[in-house]
Amino acid sequence: MDYHLKTPVPEDEIRKLKMGDLVYVTGTVITARDEAHLKALELHEKGEKLPVDFKDVGVFHCGPIMKKVDGEWTVIAAGPTTSARMEIFQDNFIETFRPALIIGKGGMGDRTSKACQEYGCAYGAFTGGAALLAARGIKKVREVHWLEELGMPECLWVYDVEDFGPMIITIDTHGNNMTQDVKEQVTARMEKIMAEMEG
Amino acid sequence: MTEISKIVEDTAVELLRIAVTELPTEYVKVLEEAMEETEGAVGKAQLTNILENVVIARENSKPMCQDTGIVAFMVKLGDGFPLRSEVREILIKATRRATEEVPLRPNAVDMFKGNTRDNVGLNGHVPIIYFDLVEGDDLELIALPKGGGSTNIAAHRMLKPGLGMKGVKQFVIEALSNAGSLGCPPYFVGVGIGGGEDLCMKLAKEALLKPFRVRSEYQKVAAIEAELLEKVNELGIGAMGLGEGPTALDLHVKMAARHPASLPVGVVISCWALRHARAVISSDGEVEIDKSV
Ligand code: SF4
Repeated sequence: MDYHLKTPVPEDEIRKLKMGDLVYVTGTVITARDEAHLKALELHEKGEKLPVDFKDVGVFHCGPIMKKVDGEWTVIAAGPTTSARMEIFQDNFIETFRPALIIGKGGMGDRTSKACQEYGCAYGAFTGGAALLAARGIKKVREVHWLEELGMPECLWVYDVEDFGPMIITIDTHGNNMTQDVKEQVTARMEKIMAEMEG
Repeated sequence: MTEISKIVEDTAVELLRIAVTELPTEYVKVLEEAMEETEGAVGKAQLTNILENVVIARENSKPMCQDTGIVAFMVKLGDGFPLRSEVREILIKATRRATEEVPLRPNAVDMFKGNTRDNVGLNGHVPIIYFDLVEGDDLELIALPKGGGSTNIAAHRMLKPGLGMKGVKQFVIEALSNAGSLGCPPYFVGVGIGGGEDLCMKLAKEALLKPFRVRSEYQKVAAIEAELLEKVNELGIGAMGLGEGPTALDLHVKMAARHPASLPVGVVISCWALRHARAVISSDGEVEIDKSV
């Protein structure tokens, strides 16, 4: 199925998504990689207010190339980065900030999958490296935060997006995880190939 | 600045621009074929997205992927070429310029001070420059900016020599299985065998750039390449690791002699965006750029 979602996305719409569905998003998507996740969680723990609200919007694992043209930030290229690096704190992040979608590449593991199930979040895999396809869906750079401190790839870019996609739902709220499934199949095949290998 | 220095600098900037904005036409052709052949909708969609993205990049002269990598140059400096050690400074300058002009994402991180913001950094090591001294009057330059995702899935092991070629092949399969979805497959794979703990990695990286889908001139090596390419695809990682479409588009092996007690193996993997561009500059400043491979 194809879905066109609008942020803020209500939780029941996220719960309708199934592994393998194609999704396009219109509304707000915020970039966050390793350091932004860490900083956001740290600030929250200290009880400080974040400059953005991740609730019901898309969190995009992405370190874009941005350029200032006539004093305005514009997106040059903005594809997904490897999400696996965020696995160590994504579950905590989902529980704390309750985003609707995590967008990235390469899929995520069990911890994220459990958090998605529990808190009504889904993971959308954007084609890795397809940075211009992603940029095409970004209509406006609304805000930027932590740029000085974290640098261009790591800071928070708040984008207004329109039909941003297509993303494939690889983690849904029903406990499915496509990347994990493929991984298990690949490991089984590897073991067979290794065992049959000749010198 | 002499005229020839300027020509080398401009060419290096241009090579970086071509590398990150124009995927070699031969790769595009094979990706198109793969897209046609892939049956599953998920895999087909991934390859379609890649191809569409490649077209936008070429038409708008924009980086096909936001991770424009750590910049590397492979340099073959001919005996009769008018420049010598100054080539290093010229390439560093070209990297700074390309960062602004293309633009490239600033990717050089100083562990103590943070991002250097110009893709240059720390004791002259980045951009990475490999020099080779060769006969003749030309300077051959290859720009090879390589992204972090596929760099992180490289693998290296010092095998026990008793494991022999079988052990080497098993290690390659293991490395690709571990790579899984993480480095944006379909992949290009380079394997370096022998030489020492460092040389095997360098050979593996160079192997990435051997002529596309042309098997090694050594029959035994060619057979290993063909076997490994087939088995890597049997793993079924698929486009973007979603289990459909090709896992690897090509695989090359480069070998050196090894120490009797060592069997070093390096596996260097590139994502579908194997970005590189090559130019030959003659001693009188003629520039020839090849965009097909
Ligand atoms: S692995 Fe390659 S295509 Fe994927 S994000 Fe990194 S540089 Fe881009």
